[in-house]
Amino acid sequence: MQAMPVTLQDQPRVVLSARGLGKDFSGFTAVNSVDLDVEHARIHALIGPNGAGKTTVFNLLTKFLPPTRGKIMLLDQDITNVKADKIARMGLVRSFQISAVFPHLTVLENVRVALQRPSGLATQFWLPLSSLDRLNGRAEELIADLGLTQYRDTRATDLSYGRKRVLEIATTLALDPKVLLLDEPMAGMGGEDVAVVAGIISEVAKTRAVLMVEHNLSVVADICHHVTVLQRGEILATGDYATVSQNPAVRTAYMGTED
Amino acid sequence: MSGATHTPAAAQTTTFGNAGALRIVMMVVILGLLLAAPFFLYPIFVMKLLCFALFAAAFNLLLGYTGFLSFGHATFFGGASYFTAYTVKEWGVSPEIGILIGVVGAAALGLVMGLIAIRRQGIYFAMITLALSQMFFFYCVQSGWTKGEDGIQSVPRGHLFGLIDLSNTTNMYYFVLAVFLIGVAIIYRFVNSPFGMILKSIRENEQRTVSLGYAVDRYKLGAFVMSAALAGLAGGLKSLVFGFATLTDVTWQMSGEVILMTLLGGIGTMIGPVVGAGIIVTLQNELATSDFPVTIITGLVFMACVLLFRRGLVGEFYASRLGRKLGFRPEQ
Ligand SMILES: Nc1ncnc2c1ncn2[C@@H]1O[C@H](COP(=O)(O)OP(=O)(O)OP(=O)(O)O)[C@@H](O)[C@H]1O
Ligand SMILES: [Mg+2]
Repeated sequence: MQAMPVTLQDQPRVVLSARGLGKDFSGFTAVNSVDLDVEHARIHALIGPNGAGKTTVFNLLTKFLPPTRGKIMLLDQDITNVKADKIARMGLVRSFQISAVFPHLTVLENVRVALQRPSGLATQFWLPLSSLDRLNGRAEELIADLGLTQYRDTRATDLSYGRKRVLEIATTLALDPKVLLLDEPMAGMGGEDVAVVAGIISEVAKTRAVLMVEHNLSVVADICHHVTVLQRGEILATGDYATVSQNPAVRTAYMGTED
Repeated sequence: MSGATHTPAAAQTTTFGNAGALRIVMMVVILGLLLAAPFFLYPIFVMKLLCFALFAAAFNLLLGYTGFLSFGHATFFGGASYFTAYTVKEWGVSPEIGILIGVVGAAALGLVMGLIAIRRQGIYFAMITLALSQMFFFYCVQSGWTKGEDGIQSVPRGHLFGLIDLSNTTNMYYFVLAVFLIGVAIIYRFVNSPFGMILKSIRENEQRTVSLGYAVDRYKLGAFVMSAALAGLAGGLKSLVFGFATLTDVTWQMSGEVILMTLLGGIGTMIGPVVGAGIIVTLQNELATSDFPVTIITGLVFMACVLLFRRGLVGEFYASRLGRKLGFRPEQ
């Protein structure tokens, strides 16, 4: 089911949608009545001030947290009550706000861990590690695509912060997900890295849906087709960047943060 | 592509080669010593040591490679020793079948305990495994087939494959050594396998592993059952070495002892638990004849271990300047 070349027309169509999504943490409402439509071949930005509930929305969509209210659909399937690992297997894969690599594994091994399950090489406890070598070719391709070839055998913990994030994207792409959720993929990166990663995201979004949380508004303006603004857990505005950025409520919420 | 591995990686490979060579030398020396051991040591003592070393290595498979601290491993060790002793004595099965039954029984107990405990974290996991193993202890006290306080006595060692007479001490010794080596080889392979790789990634970053689509609880359960089965291998073997199975092996003190052995030697290393078991068993043996209470000594050893060398003896050696020079890398 993996590594299937996309033969369908890469036209925008809703692949992930949420209706009336809500989450209460012991009385405190972190997310409330959020409606979201994420489209194939489009980059959808989720923005908003700190503590607005963006990461919580990601946790709800990927079932790392159970929603208190609402309904989530992936293509034509109701995934509201599906477990987190199953959701990943269905093609909805997330990254984390705090860099999530396997620190003591090498770059190659990091990517290979993602390839193991789809290749049916995850449960064999009787095979030697060298049996994983047949995944090296695919892993090296992914590593090369993201410009990490020279770090192939470096342990992830020894990479710079920016490269860790790039490695995370490589690992995520190894699953060939239908929908990619990226939580601040460029936070803490230098200007050059931001441009590189923005390019990568634009490229991968040609054949899949991307929902990303991003604070860097110039990146959002550059690469995102659709923007949803979240404030105190609720949607403040949604639309293309030009429309949303003219919205007076959004301007107030973002006063001074646009650079 | 491989030419691009620059400085740090290249330096690692050479020193790593040293550690690899040293490991092989060490293994050959240890194997030689084990082969020769019955000629200069009391064989029963070495066999006991091997059983506990295997038990500790099995325990370490869980603690060292998944981070789960089980306080109920006596259930698998002692349970298997009952299963093996009972089937060999009462059903008259051959020793290898008896041990196999012990292993399967321990794995089944591990499956039940694991299903109940695996979703808990940290101290809750330890508490639940302790509670369940106490239940098993009381079951063993009460049920008829285990013969209560007396235990199952005078279990014949029988003939291996119906051919080799294990009542001969030398034969028995090499049988125990072979089982020990097979057990250690299984652990080594388990840890260094595609499955072991997923276990490692769970330990490194569980959330991330979930987000890559792995049902992590199943992998943890798999490791738990494997650890239980191998602890059972050690327990079944021990009951044949001594010819009995008693309550001692299912007590919570036994669960504690294996934790101590593993911590003393060094968790997450292959030979650490073996070294730890060697020290504890030797201490117990030496002190058994003296007036000094063994428990006080083990308590002191445990304190010294926690205060002075947290990584355990082998772990500290790997992390020491000499160990690093030789190319070992401390775990984590
Ligand atoms: N597990 C939790 N338990 C209780 N409160 C939580 C939990 N997770 C998040 N919150 C609260 O929910 C609110 C939204 O948090 P969230 O992390 O989703 O914000 P965010 O938009 O991602 O912010 P940031 O831009 O800082 O990453 C915050 O007030 C936070 O304190
Ligand atoms: Mg966040």
